[in-house]
Amino acid sequence: MWAYILRRVLATIPVMAVVALFVFSLLYLAPGDPAAVIAGDQATPDDVERIRASLGLDRPYLVRFGAWVGDIMSGDLGTSIFTNLPVSTMIAQRVEPTLSLCLLTLVLAVSIAVPMGVVAAWKQGTLVDRAVMGFAVLGFSVPVFVVGYLLAYVFALELDWLPVQGYTPFREGFFPWLENLILPSIALGGVYIALIARITRATMLEVLGQDYIRTARAKGANQAGILFVHALKNAAVPIVTVIGIGLALLIGGAVVTESVFAIPGLGRLTVDAILRRDYPVIQGVVLLFSFVYVLVNLLIDLLYTLFDPRIRY
Amino acid sequence: MDRRTFIGAGAALAATGIAAPALSQGANARTLRFVPQANLANFDPIWGTQYVVRNAAVLVWDTLYGIDDKLVPQRQMVEGEEVSSDGRTWTFRLREGLRFHDNEPVRARDVVASLTRWMARDPMGLMIRAIQQELVAVDDRTFRWVLSRPYPKMLYALGKNNAPMAFVMPERIARTDPFQQITEHIGSGPCRFVRNEWVPGARAVFQRFDGYVPRQEAPNWLAGGKRMMVDRVEWAIMPDPATASSALQNGEVDWWENALTDLVPLLRRNRNVQVDIADPLGNIGAFRLNHLHPPFNDVRARRAILMAMSQEDYMRALVGSDEALWKRLPGFFTPGTPLYNEEGGEVISGPRNMDAARALLRESGYANQPVTVLAAQDQPITKAQGDVTVDLLRRLGMNVDFVATDWGTVGQRRAMKNPPSAGGWNIFFSWHAGADCTNPAAYTAIRANGDGAWFGWPNIPAVEQKVTEWFEAPDLEAEKAAMRGLNRAALENVVYVPTGFFLGYQAWRRNVSGVVKGPIPFAWGVSKS
Repeated sequence: MWAYILRRVLATIPVMAVVALFVFSLLYLAPGDPAAVIAGDQATPDDVERIRASLGLDRPYLVRFGAWVGDIMSGDLGTSIFTNLPVSTMIAQRVEPTLSLCLLTLVLAVSIAVPMGVVAAWKQGTLVDRAVMGFAVLGFSVPVFVVGYLLAYVFALELDWLPVQGYTPFREGFFPWLENLILPSIALGGVYIALIARITRATMLEVLGQDYIRTARAKGANQAGILFVHALKNAAVPIVTVIGIGLALLIGGAVVTESVFAIPGLGRLTVDAILRRDYPVIQGVVLLFSFVYVLVNLLIDLLYTLFDPRIRY
Repeated sequence: MDRRTFIGAGAALAATGIAAPALSQGANARTLRFVPQANLANFDPIWGTQYVVRNAAVLVWDTLYGIDDKLVPQRQMVEGEEVSSDGRTWTFRLREGLRFHDNEPVRARDVVASLTRWMARDPMGLMIRAIQQELVAVDDRTFRWVLSRPYPKMLYALGKNNAPMAFVMPERIARTDPFQQITEHIGSGPCRFVRNEWVPGARAVFQRFDGYVPRQEAPNWLAGGKRMMVDRVEWAIMPDPATASSALQNGEVDWWENALTDLVPLLRRNRNVQVDIADPLGNIGAFRLNHLHPPFNDVRARRAILMAMSQEDYMRALVGSDEALWKRLPGFFTPGTPLYNEEGGEVISGPRNMDAARALLRESGYANQPVTVLAAQDQPITKAQGDVTVDLLRRLGMNVDFVATDWGTVGQRRAMKNPPSAGGWNIFFSWHAGADCTNPAAYTAIRANGDGAWFGWPNIPAVEQKVTEWFEAPDLEAEKAAMRGLNRAALENVVYVPTGFFLGYQAWRRNVSGVVKGPIPFAWGVSKS
């Protein structure tokens, strides 16, 4: 097992290298000029050229790539072209809000979606099943920002229970932290809940038709035990896989959610950086995201062994 | 459903019918929470000339002079000045008691270093530098500027609000290459920049500087006493206007710099929110024609556009049906300012003549070659102008290659002088703050000096002649005469196409007082109850 984990961790290095090359090349080829953005709309062409030179953007591709890789190898993600702040500092400023948003969404989604899917499978064909599946369709169909505006209208402006926007760091207290994140998490969680609920239902339906479930029933096991101990554990592998894959949805959705609720997270940092062509920040954030994906996949693979003892690495 | 309807509907969803006041949540009367027009992505007002940087910079750095609401420069850091009888030597004396935020006194050598850095980046500064013989500190509070010939607009240059403004920094910071960003944010303005609370894209904080000694005169734009009535000014960056609107209604922020026109009816229904024009100098919409390549290298093709275009179409696309927010602009300068004139403006204010425009276009030799139109879709103002222009060009019978992209791409491509077929362009869109268009001093877009001109590179000696006449004008009447000639020459040769004059709104909570209309959201004098 430990050898497997080590192998997988080491395998992230070539993956990251490919990602780095790909991201750098794409940004190099993409149109756009940070010097023009920095110089402002009223700048003269000469100003833009001087700024481009001062940023080193007039250097050849290989020189720039080599310098960047050299910095990365020494643990330096570079400095933002615009803010003049280290990219690592900018990422550090933004990690907590995004992590908080994603974790709370994940917890909410799993704790709502898995029971929903299980119950829908148990009550297959009934009104309950149809209601759950109807909710799932709605969750897939309604964009995050529409849900966000609706929630803000009802719970912030109409009822005045929660704030419209912003983020309070966890160190300032659990409830202030939670207060700012409830609405965004629900808005962001809609798609995720729908996805997990549907997969849970489908997998549970398959498992509930197995012989050992019939045997458990014949032996007099209670319904909850059958559903949540015998069936759910055996249905867990695909569900866990979907939860992991769904992290991609979360990070994508976080961009919109962070904008709607003015949360200073990594999603907004990425979008701002892309619009301004702040290359070091884009490269740093994409590398971070790819690293997180690799780790999440590793974590999921390891979780398989918990739910299915037949799996060995 | 178009953008305006959609945003309006979204915001209405988020707030319509909420007549009941939302209580401010933990609002602190000593903290002013402000939503700026854009993200403060960098903070060097010489290196980065975006308006949002300038607006933040006026809190942190002070200037020698500052314009008032009559656009007249008034003394600010300066106690007095003397000019020699030949107009070539200026001697300035600083006020007593000026201190930087690190408690070091402001000395003349700081001013000299700051002006030297500013001159390298500012159009007026460059003109002064070209005739400068000497700029030296005479003693701690006195500096002298010797020129090879008189420069009548000296005080205006030092007090203007156009970016880059002539801010004063400590010498060690001002010695930074003007094309490199500063790393320290020490000024002598009314607020300190709280760097460790700066989260670019989210938040910027300014703390009142107790060592600031305001002038005794009443505040008037950049002139007079800059008295901070609150301890902190917190900028909250909100990219989504609907969120900013809801936050203002909910009392989570106090002041929104650029309330979206579509959301103004909603804000007006909230009795805790006040809405008013933000900047009486407004903005001038513009599309730039590339003077280097066909068809717009021929003045007849450019004139055809002026004859056919309807400013009303552009303005309605920009600001909707609110008639108070726009007016036709038969010229290039800001309405309501001393030098405004409509000389030669009949081509815009007269009846539209599409047939004559088509005939003139044919006469120019236009042969259906593609016209490359760049429009940044992530900027609503440029997007709207792009949509209207594409329709106009098609009605004129032109073959349009509409490149709808983002601002980062437009910013790069507009600098290319290649033919449109080789990565260049024919038309792109912009807008100019009215404060920049009151005269030619900071109005780069009106210049027509070929390679030295703004993108599009017009080369029209008649326009440049009038600009020079304005700079050298000894009195207001001479300035007015030069400006009339300039407006006519610029229209006859179509330096660019003005699409109209438009205003924008700002909004604030009713417990906030002291908000003034101006080209910058001036935080001094603003208080909360």
